[in-house]
Amino acid sequence: MSAKKESLGKTVGIVVAVCLVCSIVVSGAAVGLRSLQQTNAALDKKSNILTAAGLYEQGMSNSAIESTFEGQIAERFVDLETGQFVDAPSANYDMYKAAKVDDLSIKVEGSNVGFQRRAKVASVYLVSNDAGEVTRVILPVHGSGLWDLMYGFLALDADGATVRELIYYQQKETPGLGGEVQNPAWQAKWDGKKLFEGSDVAFRVVKNANPSNPYTIDALSGATLTSNGVENTILYWVGEQGFGPFLKTQAWRS
Amino acid sequence: MADTKEMKKALFGPILDNNPIALQVLGICSALAITTKLETALVMSLALTAVVAFSNLFISLIRNQIPSSVRIIIQMTIIASLVIVVDQILKAYSYEISKQLSVFVGLIITNCIVMGRAEAYAMKSPPLMSFLDGIGNGLGYSFILIVIGTIKELFGFGTILGFEILPLIQNGGWYQGNGLLILPFSSFFLIGGMIWFIRTIRPAQVEPKE
Repeated sequence: MSAKKESLGKTVGIVVAVCLVCSIVVSGAAVGLRSLQQTNAALDKKSNILTAAGLYEQGMSNSAIESTFEGQIAERFVDLETGQFVDAPSANYDMYKAAKVDDLSIKVEGSNVGFQRRAKVASVYLVSNDAGEVTRVILPVHGSGLWDLMYGFLALDADGATVRELIYYQQKETPGLGGEVQNPAWQAKWDGKKLFEGSDVAFRVVKNANPSNPYTIDALSGATLTSNGVENTILYWVGEQGFGPFLKTQAWRS
Repeated sequence: MADTKEMKKALFGPILDNNPIALQVLGICSALAITTKLETALVMSLALTAVVAFSNLFISLIRNQIPSSVRIIIQMTIIASLVIVVDQILKAYSYEISKQLSVFVGLIITNCIVMGRAEAYAMKSPPLMSFLDGIGNGLGYSFILIVIGTIKELFGFGTILGFEILPLIQNGGWYQGNGLLILPFSSFFLIGGMIWFIRTIRPAQVEPKE
Protein backbone atom coordinates (compact mmCIF):
# COMPACT_ATOMS: atom_id res chain seq x y z
CA MET A 1 0.00 0.00 0.00
CA SER A 2 2.47 2.65 -1.09
CA ALA A 3 1.57 6.32 -0.96
CA LYS A 4 1.64 6.90 -4.70
CA LYS A 5 -1.39 4.64 -5.18
CA GLU A 6 -3.50 7.15 -3.35
CA SER A 7 -3.40 10.10 -5.72
CA LEU A 8 -6.92 11.29 -6.52
CA GLY A 9 -6.51 11.07 -10.27
CA LYS A 10 -5.34 7.50 -10.14
CA THR A 11 -8.06 6.41 -7.75
CA VAL A 12 -10.77 7.87 -9.97
CA GLY A 13 -9.11 6.42 -13.06
CA ILE A 14 -9.02 2.90 -11.61
CA VAL A 15 -12.60 3.09 -10.39
CA VAL A 16 -13.84 4.27 -13.78
CA ALA A 17 -11.84 1.61 -15.61
CA VAL A 18 -13.10 -1.21 -13.37
CA CYS A 19 -16.69 -0.03 -13.66
CA LEU A 20 -16.41 0.26 -17.42
CA VAL A 21 -15.03 -3.25 -17.85
CA CYS A 22 -17.58 -4.73 -15.45
CA SER A 23 -20.52 -3.01 -17.10
CA ILE A 24 -19.40 -4.21 -20.53
CA VAL A 25 -19.15 -7.78 -19.23
CA VAL A 26 -22.53 -7.65 -17.51
CA SER A 27 -24.42 -6.07 -20.37
CA GLY A 28 -22.66 -8.38 -22.82
CA ALA A 29 -23.88 -11.40 -20.88
CA ALA A 30 -27.39 -10.02 -20.50
CA VAL A 31 -27.81 -9.14 -24.16
CA GLY A 32 -26.03 -12.21 -25.49
CA LEU A 33 -28.11 -14.64 -23.47
CA ARG A 34 -31.46 -12.88 -23.64
CA SER A 35 -32.93 -14.81 -26.54
CA LEU A 36 -32.03 -18.13 -24.91
CA GLN A 37 -33.61 -17.03 -21.64
CA GLN A 38 -36.82 -15.94 -23.31
CA THR A 39 -37.03 -19.23 -25.18
CA ASN A 40 -36.60 -21.04 -21.86
CA ALA A 41 -39.30 -19.05 -20.12
CA ALA A 42 -41.73 -19.53 -23.02
CA LEU A 43 -40.92 -23.24 -23.17
CA ASP A 44 -41.47 -23.61 -19.44
CA LYS A 45 -44.91 -22.03 -19.75
CA LYS A 46 -45.80 -24.22 -22.72
CA SER A 47 -44.77 -27.39 -20.94
CA ASN A 48 -46.95 -26.41 -17.98
CA ILE A 49 -49.89 -25.84 -20.29
CA LEU A 50 -49.25 -29.18 -21.96
CA THR A 51 -49.23 -30.81 -18.52
CA ALA A 52 -52.62 -29.23 -17.80
CA ALA A 53 -53.80 -30.41 -21.19
CA GLY A 54 -52.74 -33.95 -20.32
CA LEU A 55 -50.43 -34.00 -23.31
CA TYR A 56 -47.09 -33.73 -21.54
CA GLU A 57 -44.87 -36.77 -21.40
CA GLN A 58 -41.84 -37.13 -19.18
CA GLY A 59 -38.63 -36.21 -20.98
CA MET A 60 -40.30 -34.50 -23.92
CA SER A 61 -37.76 -32.74 -26.11
CA ASN A 62 -38.00 -29.00 -26.68
CA SER A 63 -39.07 -29.39 -30.28
CA ALA A 64 -41.71 -31.96 -29.30
CA ILE A 65 -43.13 -29.49 -26.80
CA GLU A 66 -43.22 -26.79 -29.46
CA SER A 67 -44.86 -28.95 -32.11
CA THR A 68 -47.47 -30.48 -29.78
CA PHE A 69 -48.30 -27.03 -28.48
CA GLU A 70 -48.59 -25.58 -31.98
CA GLY A 71 -50.67 -28.51 -33.19
CA GLN A 72 -53.21 -28.90 -30.43
CA ILE A 73 -53.36 -25.78 -28.30
CA ALA A 74 -54.67 -22.36 -29.24
CA GLU A 75 -54.43 -19.28 -27.07
CA ARG A 76 -57.60 -17.18 -27.13
CA PHE A 77 -58.63 -14.06 -25.25
CA VAL A 78 -61.81 -13.69 -23.24
CA ASP A 79 -63.55 -10.57 -22.02
CA LEU A 80 -64.31 -11.77 -18.50
CA GLU A 81 -67.39 -9.59 -18.11
CA THR A 82 -69.26 -10.86 -21.17
CA GLY A 83 -67.59 -14.24 -21.40
CA GLN A 84 -67.07 -13.79 -25.14
CA PHE A 85 -63.91 -14.15 -27.14
CA VAL A 86 -62.22 -10.91 -28.16
CA ASP A 87 -59.15 -10.11 -30.20
CA ALA A 88 -55.83 -9.91 -28.45
CA PRO A 89 -55.67 -6.44 -26.86
CA SER A 90 -52.04 -6.13 -27.96
CA ALA A 91 -49.25 -8.24 -29.35
CA ASN A 92 -47.69 -10.41 -26.65
CA TYR A 93 -50.56 -9.59 -24.29
CA ASP A 94 -49.88 -10.65 -20.71
CA MET A 95 -52.89 -10.68 -18.40
CA TYR A 96 -50.69 -10.43 -15.30
CA LYS A 97 -49.02 -7.30 -16.61
CA ALA A 98 -52.36 -5.88 -17.72
CA ALA A 99 -53.69 -6.31 -14.17
CA LYS A 100 -51.29 -3.57 -13.11
CA VAL A 101 -52.61 -1.06 -15.65
CA ASP A 102 -55.71 0.82 -14.48
CA ASP A 103 -57.39 1.02 -17.90
CA LEU A 104 -57.00 -2.68 -18.58
CA SER A 105 -58.07 -4.00 -15.20
CA ILE A 106 -60.79 -3.83 -12.56
CA LYS A 107 -60.66 -3.90 -8.79
CA VAL A 108 -61.32 -7.19 -7.06
CA GLU A 109 -64.13 -6.89 -4.54
CA GLY A 110 -65.79 -9.27 -2.13
CA SER A 111 -63.21 -12.00 -2.37
CA ASN A 112 -60.17 -12.90 -0.32
CA VAL A 113 -58.38 -14.35 -3.30
CA GLY A 114 -55.36 -12.27 -2.38
CA PHE A 115 -54.76 -9.75 -5.16
CA GLN A 116 -56.15 -6.27 -5.73
CA ARG A 117 -56.79 -6.02 -9.47
CA ARG A 118 -57.39 -8.40 -12.31
CA ALA A 119 -57.17 -7.87 -16.05
CA LYS A 120 -60.43 -7.30 -17.97
CA VAL A 121 -59.28 -9.63 -20.70
CA ALA A 122 -57.83 -13.01 -19.78
CA SER A 123 -55.97 -15.62 -21.81
CA VAL A 124 -57.43 -19.08 -22.13
CA TYR A 125 -55.97 -22.08 -23.88
CA LEU A 126 -58.17 -24.37 -25.92
CA VAL A 127 -57.02 -27.94 -26.47
CA SER A 128 -58.31 -29.54 -29.65
CA ASN A 129 -58.16 -33.11 -30.87
CA ASP A 130 -57.23 -34.09 -34.42
CA ALA A 131 -60.80 -33.53 -35.60
CA GLY A 132 -60.61 -29.93 -34.43
CA GLU A 133 -63.07 -30.33 -31.55
CA VAL A 134 -62.24 -28.59 -28.30
CA THR A 135 -61.50 -31.27 -25.70
CA ARG A 136 -60.23 -29.19 -22.83
CA VAL A 137 -60.33 -25.57 -21.76
CA ILE A 138 -57.35 -24.37 -19.75
CA LEU A 139 -57.86 -21.35 -17.52
CA PRO A 140 -54.97 -19.48 -15.91
CA VAL A 141 -55.70 -19.02 -12.20
CA HIS A 142 -53.82 -17.40 -9.37
CA GLY A 143 -54.44 -16.50 -5.77
CA SER A 144 -52.54 -16.20 -2.54
CA GLY A 145 -51.39 -19.21 -0.60
CA LEU A 146 -49.72 -18.95 2.77
CA TRP A 147 -46.63 -17.02 1.70
CA ASP A 148 -47.21 -15.59 -1.72
CA LEU A 149 -49.38 -15.74 -4.82
CA MET A 150 -49.62 -19.18 -6.39
CA TYR A 151 -49.97 -19.32 -10.18
CA GLY A 152 -51.50 -22.28 -11.93
CA PHE A 153 -53.58 -23.65 -14.77
CA LEU A 154 -57.01 -25.18 -14.25
CA ALA A 155 -57.94 -27.58 -17.02
CA LEU A 156 -61.65 -28.28 -17.56
CA ASP A 157 -63.46 -30.67 -19.86
CA ALA A 158 -65.28 -29.25 -22.84
CA ASP A 159 -68.46 -29.19 -20.69
CA GLY A 160 -66.89 -26.33 -18.73
CA ALA A 161 -67.74 -27.90 -15.38
CA THR A 162 -65.58 -30.99 -14.89
CA VAL A 163 -62.03 -30.52 -13.64
CA ARG A 164 -59.26 -32.49 -15.31
CA GLU A 165 -56.11 -30.97 -13.83
CA LEU A 166 -54.97 -28.20 -11.53
CA ILE A 167 -51.30 -27.52 -12.20
CA TYR A 168 -49.46 -24.99 -10.08
CA TYR A 169 -46.33 -23.80 -11.82
CA GLN A 170 -45.22 -21.02 -9.54
CA GLN A 171 -45.63 -21.05 -5.77
CA LYS A 172 -43.55 -20.36 -2.72
CA GLU A 173 -45.38 -22.53 -0.18
CA THR A 174 -43.53 -24.48 2.52
CA PRO A 175 -41.85 -27.51 0.96
CA GLY A 176 -43.44 -30.75 2.15
CA LEU A 177 -46.57 -29.01 3.47
CA GLY A 178 -48.17 -26.35 1.24
CA GLY A 179 -45.60 -27.18 -1.43
CA GLU A 180 -47.50 -30.43 -1.90
CA VAL A 181 -49.87 -28.52 -4.23
CA GLN A 182 -47.36 -29.67 -6.82
CA ASN A 183 -47.38 -33.31 -5.67
CA PRO A 184 -48.66 -35.46 -8.55
CA ALA A 185 -50.57 -37.65 -6.08
CA TRP A 186 -52.62 -34.66 -4.92
CA GLN A 187 -52.96 -33.26 -8.43
CA ALA A 188 -54.41 -36.58 -9.55
CA LYS A 189 -57.27 -36.19 -7.05
CA TRP A 190 -58.64 -33.27 -9.09
CA ASP A 191 -59.47 -35.41 -12.07
CA GLY A 192 -63.24 -35.64 -12.48
CA LYS A 193 -64.26 -33.10 -9.82
CA LYS A 194 -67.37 -31.03 -10.57
CA LEU A 195 -67.43 -27.29 -10.04
CA PHE A 196 -71.10 -26.36 -10.35
CA GLU A 197 -74.32 -27.61 -8.82
CA GLY A 198 -77.02 -26.07 -10.97
CA SER A 199 -75.57 -22.68 -11.76
CA ASP A 200 -73.88 -22.17 -8.38
CA VAL A 201 -70.25 -22.85 -7.65
CA ALA A 202 -70.41 -25.77 -5.27
CA PHE A 203 -66.80 -26.73 -4.98
CA ARG A 204 -64.99 -26.92 -1.62
CA VAL A 205 -61.59 -27.94 -0.29
CA VAL A 206 -62.27 -29.87 2.94
CA LYS A 207 -60.38 -32.04 5.40
CA ASN A 208 -60.79 -35.79 4.94
CA ALA A 209 -62.96 -35.31 1.87
CA ASN A 210 -64.84 -38.35 0.66
CA PRO A 211 -63.06 -39.26 -2.60
CA SER A 212 -66.38 -40.23 -4.20
CA ASN A 213 -67.95 -36.80 -3.60
CA PRO A 214 -67.32 -34.87 -6.81
CA TYR A 215 -67.78 -31.46 -5.16
CA THR A 216 -65.02 -31.72 -2.56
CA ILE A 217 -61.30 -32.32 -2.63
CA ASP A 218 -59.08 -33.36 0.23
CA ALA A 219 -57.19 -30.47 1.85
CA LEU A 220 -53.43 -30.77 2.17
CA SER A 221 -52.55 -32.04 5.62
CA GLY A 222 -50.55 -29.52 7.66
CA ALA A 223 -51.29 -26.77 5.18
CA THR A 224 -54.67 -25.29 6.09
CA LEU A 225 -53.84 -21.81 4.84
CA THR A 226 -52.53 -23.09 1.51
CA SER A 227 -55.66 -25.22 1.14
CA ASN A 228 -57.85 -22.21 1.92
CA GLY A 229 -55.87 -20.29 -0.70
CA VAL A 230 -56.54 -22.99 -3.29
CA GLU A 231 -60.25 -22.90 -2.47
CA ASN A 232 -60.41 -19.10 -2.69
CA THR A 233 -58.54 -19.19 -5.97
CA ILE A 234 -60.91 -21.71 -7.52
CA LEU A 235 -64.05 -20.02 -6.16
CA TYR A 236 -62.93 -16.65 -7.49
CA TRP A 237 -61.84 -17.76 -10.92
CA VAL A 238 -64.78 -19.99 -11.78
CA GLY A 239 -67.19 -17.56 -10.09
CA GLU A 240 -69.02 -14.57 -11.52
CA GLN A 241 -66.04 -12.24 -11.19
CA GLY A 242 -63.73 -14.68 -12.94
CA PHE A 243 -64.41 -17.07 -15.76
CA GLY A 244 -68.01 -17.72 -14.66
CA PRO A 245 -69.63 -15.89 -17.62
CA PHE A 246 -67.22 -17.55 -20.03
CA LEU A 247 -68.02 -21.01 -18.64
CA LYS A 248 -71.76 -20.28 -18.99
CA THR A 249 -71.67 -18.99 -22.54
CA GLN A 250 -69.30 -21.80 -23.50
CA ALA A 251 -67.94 -19.60 -26.25
CA TRP A 252 -65.53 -22.32 -27.34
CA ARG A 253 -68.38 -24.39 -28.76
CA SER A 254 -69.20 -22.01 -31.59
CA MET B 1 6.28 -19.40 -9.19
CA ALA B 2 4.74 -21.26 -6.32
CA ASP B 3 5.74 -24.89 -5.92
CA THR B 4 3.29 -27.73 -6.23
CA LYS B 5 3.11 -28.35 -2.51
CA GLU B 6 1.84 -24.86 -1.88
CA MET B 7 -0.61 -25.16 -4.76
CA LYS B 8 -1.99 -28.36 -3.32
CA LYS B 9 -2.39 -26.66 0.02
CA ALA B 10 -4.30 -23.79 -1.54
CA LEU B 11 -6.52 -26.18 -3.44
CA PHE B 12 -7.28 -28.90 -0.91
CA GLY B 13 -6.56 -27.21 2.41
CA PRO B 14 -9.97 -25.52 2.62
CA ILE B 15 -11.84 -28.82 2.34
CA LEU B 16 -11.06 -30.16 5.82
CA ASP B 17 -8.19 -28.26 7.41
CA ASN B 18 -9.42 -24.74 6.81
CA ASN B 19 -13.02 -25.14 5.74
CA PRO B 20 -14.71 -21.79 5.14
CA ILE B 21 -17.99 -22.94 6.66
CA ALA B 22 -16.82 -25.29 9.40
CA LEU B 23 -13.74 -23.45 10.66
CA GLN B 24 -14.24 -19.85 9.63
CA VAL B 25 -18.04 -20.11 9.89
CA LEU B 26 -18.60 -17.95 6.81
CA GLY B 27 -21.32 -18.20 4.19
CA ILE B 28 -23.78 -19.89 6.53
CA CYS B 29 -26.91 -18.16 5.22
CA SER B 30 -26.94 -19.73 1.79
CA ALA B 31 -25.82 -23.06 3.24
CA LEU B 32 -28.99 -23.01 5.33
CA ALA B 33 -31.40 -22.02 2.64
CA ILE B 34 -30.67 -23.95 -0.51
CA THR B 35 -29.62 -27.37 0.77
CA THR B 36 -33.13 -28.83 0.87
CA LYS B 37 -32.45 -30.67 -2.38
CA LEU B 38 -29.09 -32.01 -3.46
CA GLU B 39 -29.47 -30.73 -7.00
CA THR B 40 -29.82 -27.10 -5.98
CA ALA B 41 -26.94 -27.54 -3.52
CA LEU B 42 -24.75 -28.82 -6.36
CA VAL B 43 -25.59 -25.96 -8.68
CA MET B 44 -25.14 -23.42 -5.89
CA SER B 45 -21.73 -24.96 -5.12
CA LEU B 46 -20.69 -24.70 -8.75
CA ALA B 47 -21.89 -21.12 -8.99
CA LEU B 48 -20.12 -20.07 -5.82
CA THR B 49 -16.90 -21.87 -6.76
CA ALA B 50 -16.86 -20.13 -10.13
CA VAL B 51 -17.48 -16.75 -8.54
CA VAL B 52 -14.82 -17.10 -5.81
CA ALA B 53 -12.23 -18.47 -8.24
CA PHE B 54 -12.70 -15.75 -10.84
CA SER B 55 -13.13 -12.89 -8.39
CA ASN B 56 -9.89 -13.98 -6.73
CA LEU B 57 -8.19 -14.18 -10.12
CA PHE B 58 -9.30 -10.76 -11.35
CA ILE B 59 -8.72 -9.01 -8.06
CA SER B 60 -5.28 -10.54 -7.80
CA LEU B 61 -4.47 -9.45 -11.36
CA ILE B 62 -5.12 -5.81 -10.55
CA ARG B 63 -4.15 -5.97 -6.87
CA ASN B 64 -1.18 -3.67 -7.36
CA GLN B 65 -3.36 -1.06 -9.04
CA ILE B 66 -6.25 -1.03 -6.59
CA PRO B 67 -6.08 2.07 -4.39
CA SER B 68 -6.56 0.90 -0.83
CA SER B 69 -9.09 3.63 -0.02
CA VAL B 70 -11.65 2.17 -2.44
CA ARG B 71 -10.54 -1.46 -2.50
CA ILE B 72 -13.69 -2.90 -0.93
CA ILE B 73 -15.87 -1.13 -3.48
CA ILE B 74 -13.75 -2.37 -6.35
CA GLN B 75 -13.89 -5.91 -4.99
CA MET B 76 -17.65 -5.65 -4.67
CA THR B 77 -17.99 -4.34 -8.23
CA ILE B 78 -16.04 -7.26 -9.62
CA ILE B 79 -17.87 -9.81 -7.46
CA ALA B 80 -21.28 -8.36 -8.28
CA SER B 81 -20.56 -8.42 -12.02
CA LEU B 82 -19.45 -12.04 -11.85
CA VAL B 83 -22.57 -13.00 -9.91
CA ILE B 84 -24.82 -11.33 -12.47
CA VAL B 85 -23.04 -13.17 -15.27
CA VAL B 86 -23.46 -16.49 -13.44
CA ASP B 87 -27.13 -15.72 -12.85
CA GLN B 88 -27.68 -14.92 -16.53
CA ILE B 89 -25.92 -18.11 -17.60
CA LEU B 90 -28.04 -20.19 -15.23
CA LYS B 91 -31.22 -18.60 -16.56
CA ALA B 92 -30.16 -19.36 -20.11
CA TYR B 93 -28.93 -22.92 -19.70
CA SER B 94 -30.56 -24.28 -16.59
CA TYR B 95 -33.90 -22.55 -16.28
CA GLU B 96 -35.56 -25.00 -13.89
CA ILE B 97 -32.77 -24.80 -11.36
CA SER B 98 -32.43 -21.06 -11.64
CA LYS B 99 -36.12 -20.85 -10.73
CA GLN B 100 -35.50 -22.87 -7.58
CA LEU B 101 -32.39 -20.97 -6.57
CA SER B 102 -34.16 -17.70 -7.34
CA VAL B 103 -32.79 -15.01 -5.09
CA PHE B 104 -29.93 -17.04 -3.65
CA VAL B 105 -27.73 -16.75 -6.72
CA GLY B 106 -27.96 -12.99 -6.37
CA LEU B 107 -27.09 -13.34 -2.72
CA ILE B 108 -23.71 -14.87 -3.58
CA ILE B 109 -22.66 -11.22 -3.71
CA THR B 110 -23.12 -10.99 0.03
CA ASN B 111 -21.58 -14.39 0.71
CA CYS B 112 -18.79 -13.69 3.15
CA ILE B 113 -16.56 -16.37 1.65
CA VAL B 114 -16.17 -14.41 -1.59
CA MET B 115 -15.40 -11.09 0.08
CA GLY B 116 -13.28 -12.80 2.71
CA ARG B 117 -11.02 -14.54 0.23
CA ALA B 118 -10.72 -11.46 -1.96
CA GLU B 119 -9.69 -9.28 0.95
CA ALA B 120 -7.60 -11.81 2.88
CA TYR B 121 -5.87 -13.66 0.09
CA ALA B 122 -6.24 -12.29 -3.42
CA MET B 123 -5.14 -8.77 -2.43
CA LYS B 124 -1.68 -10.04 -1.56
CA SER B 125 -1.12 -13.17 -3.66
CA PRO B 126 -0.25 -13.80 -7.31
CA PRO B 127 -3.08 -14.61 -9.74
CA LEU B 128 -2.55 -18.36 -10.16
CA MET B 129 -2.40 -19.01 -6.43
CA SER B 130 -5.43 -16.81 -5.85
CA PHE B 131 -7.38 -18.69 -8.50
CA LEU B 132 -6.49 -22.02 -6.87
CA ASP B 133 -7.35 -20.63 -3.45
CA GLY B 134 -10.74 -19.61 -4.83
CA ILE B 135 -11.39 -23.07 -6.23
CA GLY B 136 -10.22 -24.61 -2.97
CA ASN B 137 -12.56 -22.52 -0.87
CA GLY B 138 -15.36 -23.22 -3.32
CA LEU B 139 -14.67 -26.93 -2.86
CA GLY B 140 -14.73 -26.53 0.90
CA TYR B 141 -18.11 -24.81 0.68
CA SER B 142 -19.35 -27.43 -1.80
CA PHE B 143 -18.23 -30.26 0.47
CA ILE B 144 -20.42 -29.04 3.33
CA LEU B 145 -23.34 -28.22 1.04
CA ILE B 146 -23.27 -31.59 -0.65
CA VAL B 147 -23.13 -33.52 2.62
CA ILE B 148 -25.98 -31.48 4.10
CA GLY B 149 -27.99 -31.54 0.89
CA THR B 150 -27.67 -35.32 0.74
CA ILE B 151 -28.75 -35.80 4.35
CA LYS B 152 -31.68 -33.39 4.04
CA GLU B 153 -32.98 -34.70 0.76
CA LEU B 154 -32.57 -38.36 1.72
CA PHE B 155 -34.27 -38.13 5.10
CA GLY B 156 -36.63 -35.27 4.28
CA PHE B 157 -37.96 -36.39 0.91
CA GLY B 158 -36.64 -39.97 0.68
CA THR B 159 -34.87 -39.20 -2.59
CA ILE B 160 -31.38 -38.39 -3.81
CA LEU B 161 -31.17 -36.14 -6.87
CA GLY B 162 -34.85 -36.89 -7.39
CA PHE B 163 -34.42 -40.69 -7.45
CA GLU B 164 -36.52 -42.45 -4.86
CA ILE B 165 -34.40 -44.23 -2.24
CA LEU B 166 -36.81 -44.40 0.69
CA PRO B 167 -40.39 -44.60 -0.66
CA LEU B 168 -42.59 -42.09 1.16
CA ILE B 169 -45.88 -43.02 2.79
CA GLN B 170 -47.60 -40.29 0.70
CA ASN B 171 -46.53 -42.16 -2.42
CA GLY B 172 -47.46 -45.58 -1.10
CA GLY B 173 -44.15 -46.53 0.53
CA TRP B 174 -43.14 -47.01 4.16
CA TYR B 175 -40.95 -44.02 4.96
CA GLN B 176 -42.34 -41.03 6.85
CA GLY B 177 -40.39 -38.00 5.62
CA ASN B 178 -38.73 -35.98 8.37
CA GLY B 179 -40.51 -32.63 8.19
CA LEU B 180 -37.86 -30.86 10.24
CA LEU B 181 -35.15 -31.62 7.71
CA ILE B 182 -37.15 -30.02 4.92
CA LEU B 183 -37.08 -26.66 6.67
CA PRO B 184 -34.06 -24.41 6.16
CA PHE B 185 -33.08 -24.06 9.81
CA SER B 186 -32.44 -27.79 10.26
CA SER B 187 -29.12 -27.07 8.56
CA PHE B 188 -28.06 -25.39 11.80
CA PHE B 189 -28.05 -28.76 13.54
CA LEU B 190 -26.37 -30.48 10.62
CA ILE B 191 -23.66 -27.84 10.20
CA GLY B 192 -23.13 -27.91 13.96
CA GLY B 193 -22.79 -31.68 13.79
CA MET B 194 -20.27 -31.40 10.96
CA ILE B 195 -18.21 -28.83 12.81
CA TRP B 196 -18.15 -31.19 15.78
CA PHE B 197 -17.14 -34.08 13.54
CA ILE B 198 -14.38 -32.17 11.76
CA ARG B 199 -12.97 -30.85 15.03
CA THR B 200 -12.97 -34.34 16.48
CA ILE B 201 -10.78 -35.69 13.69
CA ARG B 202 -8.76 -32.43 13.49
CA PRO B 203 -8.35 -31.44 17.16
CA ALA B 204 -6.04 -28.58 16.16
CA GLN B 205 -9.16 -26.61 15.08
CA VAL B 206 -10.63 -26.56 18.57
CA GLU B 207 -10.37 -23.07 20.02
CA PRO B 208 -8.39 -22.82 23.27
CA LYS B 209 -10.47 -22.43 26.39
CA GLU B 210 -10.70 -18.88 27.58
